[in-house]
Amino acid sequence: MDINDLRSITTVLGLLCFLGIVGWAYGKSSKKGFEEAANLPFAEQDDDGATSGTSHPR
Amino acid sequence: MSGTQTTYNDKVVRQFAVMTVIWGIVGMLVGVIIAAQLVWPELNYGPWLHFGRLRPLHTNAVIFAFGGCALFATSYWCVQRTSHARLWGGPLIPFTFWGWQIVILLAAVTLPLGITTGKEYAELEWPIDILITLVWVAYALVFFGTIAVRKVSHIYVANWFFGAFIIAVALLHIVNSMEMPITLTKSYSMYSGVQDAMIQWWYGHNAVGFFLTAGFLGMMYYFVPKQAGRPVYSYRLSVVHFWALIFTYMWAGPHHLHYTALPDWTQSVGMVFSLILLAPSWGGMINGIMTLSGAWHKLRDDPVLKFLITSLSFYGMSTFEGPMMSIKTVNALSHYTDWTVGHVHSGALGWVAMVSIGSIYYLLPKLFGKTEMYSTKLVTTHFWIATIGTVLYIASMWIAGVMQGLMWRAVNTDGTLAYSFVESVKGSYPFWAIRWLGGVLFLTGMLIMAYNMFKTMAGGKTQDMPVIAPAGHHA
Repeated sequence: MDINDLRSITTVLGLLCFLGIVGWAYGKSSKKGFEEAANLPFAEQDDDGATSGTSHPR
Repeated sequence: MSGTQTTYNDKVVRQFAVMTVIWGIVGMLVGVIIAAQLVWPELNYGPWLHFGRLRPLHTNAVIFAFGGCALFATSYWCVQRTSHARLWGGPLIPFTFWGWQIVILLAAVTLPLGITTGKEYAELEWPIDILITLVWVAYALVFFGTIAVRKVSHIYVANWFFGAFIIAVALLHIVNSMEMPITLTKSYSMYSGVQDAMIQWWYGHNAVGFFLTAGFLGMMYYFVPKQAGRPVYSYRLSVVHFWALIFTYMWAGPHHLHYTALPDWTQSVGMVFSLILLAPSWGGMINGIMTLSGAWHKLRDDPVLKFLITSLSFYGMSTFEGPMMSIKTVNALSHYTDWTVGHVHSGALGWVAMVSIGSIYYLLPKLFGKTEMYSTKLVTTHFWIATIGTVLYIASMWIAGVMQGLMWRAVNTDGTLAYSFVESVKGSYPFWAIRWLGGVLFLTGMLIMAYNMFKTMAGGKTQDMPVIAPAGHHA
């Protein structure tokens, strides 16, 4: 096993890590948290829009 | 600060926002001057104001002075609002402003004097490099310090982009600026040969990817939803967008070194990663534009939204063009021609400048206690002048670039070159004149913005706004 095997493994792990992130992002469990996060810019009083009612359905 | 109420630190945002406009004018004026020098070579006065000395001044001024100030202003505003906390860091905060202004002034003095490392977009000599590092570390401390004292559990996606931009630029700057000082104004790179070239373009392309993209995407993810009055189209997509960019951008640099001494496999890796980049770039663009879904009518009479959404269209255009140009056979035609210059300005004027201008127009009235800009009409005028200027600029450079590429590669039946270099220069003249005109229009727009800004500032209150408690969130 030389340094190039390590490089290949790192690349594959990188891809798996990314696919894991995609799975997590589109999983059911993160939906509620993301909705809260998406509304963070609208917590100010001077806002004339966006309440949770106008959020996109996805 | 008065009383017991904590306020946001908007003083530093105000300072950076105003300087964004001022440095924008300076940087773009130098750009117009060097564009004129290509059309009328008589304008090259002496050694200090020669094209070769002014060109790096232009790039440094628009990228680091104009773009940098815009990024400081918007990131400081966004991180405070979405964290429900005052900027952390005390004296470090004014240090980032004044330190950055001194860096800019030193660049404006040293570059015309010919004091340069000769590395594109990293021309500044070692003492200035050290000052940049100090300012940047202070910036990182202030930004992440504020994230650390946030009153909400989530870190909003815009702050992820701003944070990645800050960390990546620190890494790039420190690695690429490793140099051996000889005198106060002269140093030599620690690297040599093809390694030096590769490190330089690893830096160079990631300056595009993290300074000119990730940071401005942070702007997009805050100011587009704010101005549209609705949350981002898909938060999930924004998370995937973020990580996809982070995983791929670092590898795209070799496409700047196609057909050079760089090993062929490295060139191919750079090309492949550049092509992959199309996906996250367009994902991000679609996410930004679709935020307006169901509220398209707002585009009709809101010039700030026009700036923001048009910037995303240009972002989409240039991130399609970029991967195409990274394909080696396409690059064989486009490299070293004005096509590259056109591509860069499609991103720089259309995307980076327009998203910054839109965000600063959003900020200015709020920073000076007004409900809107002095003249919304002038903002609309600015938008149209800037758009026409950008289109003139990039269209003329496309035509000139493709023409140059075709002329340089044309050979006679006996294998000799069909055209001399100077013939391609002659053929480029009309397009360089159109490019100059496009630049003049874009600069005119910035002058209108400055007038509108000073009118908005006049008699304005500069009282800091109280920190809003995060309703419905638990800390």
